[in-house]
Parts: sequence; C-alpha cells; structure tokens
Amino acid sequence: MLEVAVRRNLRDYTLEAAFNVGSGETFVLIGENGAGKSSLLFLLSGLLSPESGRISIGERALYDGAYGIDVPAEARDIGFVFQNYAIFPHLTVFENVAFGLRRRKVQASEIRSRVEEHLALLSLENLSAVRADQLSGGERQRTALARALVIAPALLLLDEPVSALDAVAQERMRSELRNYVRRADIPCIAVTHSFRDALSLGDRIGVMERGRIVQNGTPDEMRRSGNEFLHQFFCECRQEHGSH
Amino acid sequence: MRGYFQGRKNLYLTIGGGLLITLLLVFIITPIIGLLFRTTPEQFLASLSDPVVWNALVLSLITASLSTLIIIGVGTPVAWINARHRYPGRELVDTLIDLPLVLPPTVAGLALLMAFGRMGLIGGFFYEFGISIAFTTLAVVIAQIFVSLPFYIRQARASFEQLDTTYELAARSLGSTSLPTFFTVILPLVKSGLIAGAIMSFARALGEFGATIMFAGNFQGRTQTMPLAIYTTMQGDLNASITLSVILVLISFVVIALVKYRLRGDVRC
Amino acid sequence: MKFSHFTLIIIVLIATILFAGCAGEQAKPEQTDLTVFAAASLTGALTDIAMEYETMHPDVRIITNFDGSQALRTQIEQGADADVFLSANTKQLYALRDQGLMENATIGLFAKNKLAVIVPASNPAGITTPQDLAQPGTRLVIGTKDVPVGDYARQILKKMGNDTAYGSTYTTSVLNNVMSEETTVTGVVAKVQLGEADAGIVYETDITPDNRDKFTMIAIPDKYNVIAEYPAGVVKTTGNKEEAIRFIAYLKSEQGKAILAKYGFALP
Repeated sequence: MLEVAVRRNLRDYTLEAAFNVGSGETFVLIGENGAGKSSLLFLLSGLLSPESGRISIGERALYDGAYGIDVPAEARDIGFVFQNYAIFPHLTVFENVAFGLRRRKVQASEIRSRVEEHLALLSLENLSAVRADQLSGGERQRTALARALVIAPALLLLDEPVSALDAVAQERMRSELRNYVRRADIPCIAVTHSFRDALSLGDRIGVMERGRIVQNGTPDEMRRSGNEFLHQFFCECRQEHGSH
Repeated sequence: MRGYFQGRKNLYLTIGGGLLITLLLVFIITPIIGLLFRTTPEQFLASLSDPVVWNALVLSLITASLSTLIIIGVGTPVAWINARHRYPGRELVDTLIDLPLVLPPTVAGLALLMAFGRMGLIGGFFYEFGISIAFTTLAVVIAQIFVSLPFYIRQARASFEQLDTTYELAARSLGSTSLPTFFTVILPLVKSGLIAGAIMSFARALGEFGATIMFAGNFQGRTQTMPLAIYTTMQGDLNASITLSVILVLISFVVIALVKYRLRGDVRC
Repeated sequence: MKFSHFTLIIIVLIATILFAGCAGEQAKPEQTDLTVFAAASLTGALTDIAMEYETMHPDVRIITNFDGSQALRTQIEQGADADVFLSANTKQLYALRDQGLMENATIGLFAKNKLAVIVPASNPAGITTPQDLAQPGTRLVIGTKDVPVGDYARQILKKMGNDTAYGSTYTTSVLNNVMSEETTVTGVVAKVQLGEADAGIVYETDITPDNRDKFTMIAIPDKYNVIAEYPAGVVKTTGNKEEAIRFIAYLKSEQGKAILAKYGFALP
C-alpha cells in the first residue's frame, strides 16, 4: 500500500496531495496541463523533494519530513516511464532495457533472460541490437516501458505510457500493464490525457487542479459526478461509443 | 515581372556568395601556400634533424598534451558543476574563468610572473624551499593551461547545458548514482562537444607565445616551444623558422581531420 | 529596382569611407614622415635625438621602431617600410648591404658601446665579479645568438674562456646558467629589474639615470670586452632619401654626439 501526503511550493501554486494506492492497484491522474500531475510523479520518485509530508510503501518510508527521511531516487526502487521516454540514445535497445539491472549488479545470464523476456513482451525482439537514436516514437516508448518493468520495481510511475503507440498496440499494452501491476502486486500511478487509458487502466481516477486532487473515485463514480472537465472528458467517450 | 526580378536577385546572391567564399578561401590558403613555397622537401627534412627544430617540436607536443590532459581533468567537473548547480557567486566564477580569454597573452605572462616568479606572491614561498616555478618547463605548462582553460570549460559547459536533463533523471530512477550516471550516460552523450573543446584547448596551448616567453622564458630544450622557436629563428635562420611553421600547419590539419573523423560517428540526439 | 538602388548606395558609402580613411592616414602635404628602425639599446638616446630633430625641422615627423637589430633586419628583408636603419652591430646591417638593400654610400659608424654585467640592486646571488657568473645555480639572462647583445656576450664569454684567469670550463659553466634568451636587450634588462634573474649581460648604456638605483653594474675588463660598433645607413627603398641622409648627418653632428654621449655611448 502506497501512502502519500505531500506538500511543495511550485512556481504558480502550492502542490498539496494526499491519497493511497493499494498494491496491485492503478491510480490514474488526469487534469489540465500544468495541474501538477508530472510534478507529483517527480515527488513520488524522489527526483524532486517535498517540503513536508510523508511517502511510504508498506512499512518502508521513502520520505518523512518529520524525521528527516528522504531516500534518494536511486534507492527507491521505482520504475518511471517519462513523458519524453528519456531513452539513452547512445545505447542499443538491449542495453537500454538492461541498464537498471546492470546498476543492480545482476548476473549477466540473468540479465539476458530477463531483458529478452521483456523485449518479447513489448514486441521489441527484432530491435534488440538497434541503437536507440534510430527508433521511432512508438518503439522508444515501448523500450521505456520495458526498461522500467524489467527491474521489477516496488512502485510504477507512468507519464503518458502508451500515447505514441498505434490503436491496436495501445489496447494490448493497457491490458498488459494492468495484468503486470496485478501480478506484481505493486502500486501504480499513471498520468494521462486519454480517457481510454483512464477507463481501462485505472482502478481509481484522480482529477488534479492547480496542485490539488479535487476528485478521487472509481471510474463509475467519476462518470456520475458533475465536474465540467470530467464531463468533457467522458463526453468524448460517449461520442466514441456512438460512432462504433 | 516580379518573377523576373526574383530570378535576377537569386543570381546576384549566388554570385556574391560564391565570390565571398572564394575570397575567404584565398585569404586563408595563400599564407599557407606561401609558407610551403619557401622551402623544399629536402630542406624540410634536413631541418628536422636541426636540434633547435627537434627540441621545439618535442617540447611543444609534450607540454601541450600535458596541459590539455590537466585541463580536461580539472575543467570537466567544474563545467559540470556550473552547468547543473546554482550556487551563490556562480556567475562571478564563470566570468573569472573567462578572464584569460580577453587578457592579452603578454599581460597574462606578466601576471603569472608576478604570482609565481621568485619575487611573486606564491612563487616566493616556493622559492624559499628551493623550488623555482618561473623559467622552467613547468612554467610552460602553467602558461598554456592559463590561456587555454577557458576554451575547454566554455565548450564543456555549453555541451552539458544542452544535454536533456531527463537522461540523468531516468538513470537515477533506474538506480544509477551520480558517478556511474556521469560516466555511462552523460559523458557518452556530450563526448563530441568535450572533444571539440579539448581540441581547441590543445591548439591554443600549442600556439601560445606571449605568456610563455614572459613567464617561462626562451631556452632551447627547456622552454622554447615551437612558436618561440619560430620567432627566435626567424631573426637568424629563416629555414628553421619555416620548417617549424610548416610542421605546425601540418599538425593543425591532422588535428582538424581527426576531430571531423571522430565526430562523424557520434550521436545525433 | 529598390533593392539595387539600395545596394548602390551602400557600395558608394563604403567606398567613400575607405578612401576617406586612406586620405586621412597620409601626412599633410608639407610634412615628411621619416621611419627609423633602431636597435633597442638606442631607445633612450634616439627618442631624445628625434625630438631635437623635429624641433629643428618642423616639417619632419620621425617614426621610430625599436627592436633587436636582427628582428629589424628581417623586417627590412621582408619589405618593411624603413628609411633609416641603425643597427647595434655591423653584421646585421652589412647583411642587408650584401643583399643590395642599402644605399651603400650612406653607411657609416655613428656610435660605439661596451657590454657590462648587471645584477639587481638586492643582488640575491651575491655576484661581484664576472667569475661569479659560473657559480652553479646562478639565474643568468642573455640575448639570443642572433641579437647583437647576445652575439657580443658569447664573444666575451669565449674570450674569457680562453684566458687562464677564468679557466677553460668558464664558458660552458656560464652558458649552462642561462635561464632565458631574450630577443632584445630590453628583455634582458626587464628580467633583471623584476628580480627574476640574478644577472644579465647588457650594454653599459642600459644603465640610465632613471634605473640606476635598481641595478648594480659589474664592469667587464676591457681586454675581454667587445667594442660594439653601431652603423647607420639609408635603406634603398626609402622615399625620402635626402631627408634620411640629413638625419644621419645630424646623428654624427655635434648635437647628435652630445646626446649619444649623455646616454653613455662612445663615439667612433
């Protein structure tokens, strides 16, 4: 269980959020640009430090303002897929995916099997030896996913995880991710603009506005609410359904 | 009507541009050709065995290489810190690092003498213990480092600043601490910029004259680098002077070619 | 149409500026510029002489270029604009003469000089005689072998080495103590003045009333010393031959000799 209560001054407003995410549960964050969704991910990952609050996974505290605990990002055992993928251009797909394992001093043979398993999972086997700067957008995104998943993290943070993939791949990846999170029994937080992502990935959905989570509930609960933003959000949904 | 004049304008621009480029090339190439025309291959090879030429060549290559290595070792962390971290006085530090760039080399030489000469602030202290800094080969290296350091640091800092910070963030999120991240992710991605900076520093160190002659003096084998030897011998034996100049030109070409060859295979992010 | 009008105006403007610049650089039609290339050791004396000459001849402006005589010779060889050449030894000027670059009829000696050892007033190495120069660890500065003061210094050291009073190892010992070779005598003086050198071999004339308190001069006995002979000559490519000849005549006149003597030069 991920327990979060953090506060930090950002440039235009103060980010203040408190929520929990159960193991095997995916919490989807939606909201306007600049609402603080990505910042929240950075706070959880340890790449940005809160000013006060507490972040913990089970018994393990990642951050506690009261006790001066601030575990550095390198030691938090998280998998982070960035919005711009941040794939290392000078390394091959294989080396990119293997990066986290190498840092953890995993045995070479184990690296090989785990990396190949995840390459297959994301349909990247044929690109294993290709240098990352030669990849298309979708291939980069899949590499980023593989790289984050292969290290079997304790917390998964996804910033627009499937946006660059084609419709079929998106469908497949959403269900893969959902299954992965359930099987690994870890908490997962995903930021997205896509209502399909929100509906199919999210066990719970959180709406962020100027640094605060103004609504938090299951997809059904959200649909029934009167929020203007949500209305538009789900309006597309109805239109889509209509066009089928 | 308009189309007609557009065409003419393009023609003029093309001719003008071509003329400009030709003029520029002539300007650069003529002195070099002039140099080559004043010697013959036999004279050149004979000069190579002249101790003045040989001493200067070896001294220059060794000192410039040493200086460049030190500059890379010291300059890279400094450039990195200044690129990524904000601290009080950072702008002042940057300005001071750039100072040797605008300082006339002779002034730099005099300043170094005032600091490290045996009557100098720091040099005087060392002299008490019998350690001479000025007028030694060490002084040559110091002078070279002083004038070339800014070339490398500016380039390195620019390269680091241009590097997308998310690479480091991604590496950290995957468990990579600062030093491994620097060597496995950051360095490979800025490699071409750093090398270019090092080349510029090396070239500047190799061509350094004013500060060297003031601070290290002019003594064959110990402090007489190629530029100093060219200047000294030009006033007596033009042949040696021309040979050294031709060598320096050749080295420059080789250096540029090496850089271009290396950079060709590098990352395009 | 507008574009080419614009370009034309720009071209005319640039041309005007360039020509105006050129015109501004030249001397007023009545004034003659006389360029004198002189050995560095003549700096003090020649500046005075130039001032006197200009006062006497208001239509003449003297432009001086002080440097090592060997450097000046190279510049003249490569086509530098000089009217008069004053060298610190005959070797450099005669070299130009042998290449046909001088007006041979105008060549003649106008001054003489001797060399001396100087040490900083504080005398950190405790040098009192020329023999002391051979002491190991002495930081000595002399001229390069091409600059007259360096050439003369080596001649002197050789003469000393041939004399039993100094011993056969003297020359090499002293040359081993050389810390730096300067391309002009002013460089030698500067290094001693800064206190960086323990001693330097320069001309007697380099000790002036202005810097007397910064140095101690150690005389070199006449039997080892060289007489530095300073020739003057008009450069063949001069555009002001008469004026150049007049200037050299002034050098050799009573007034010129007086100024040279004031600075310590001997007269031929």
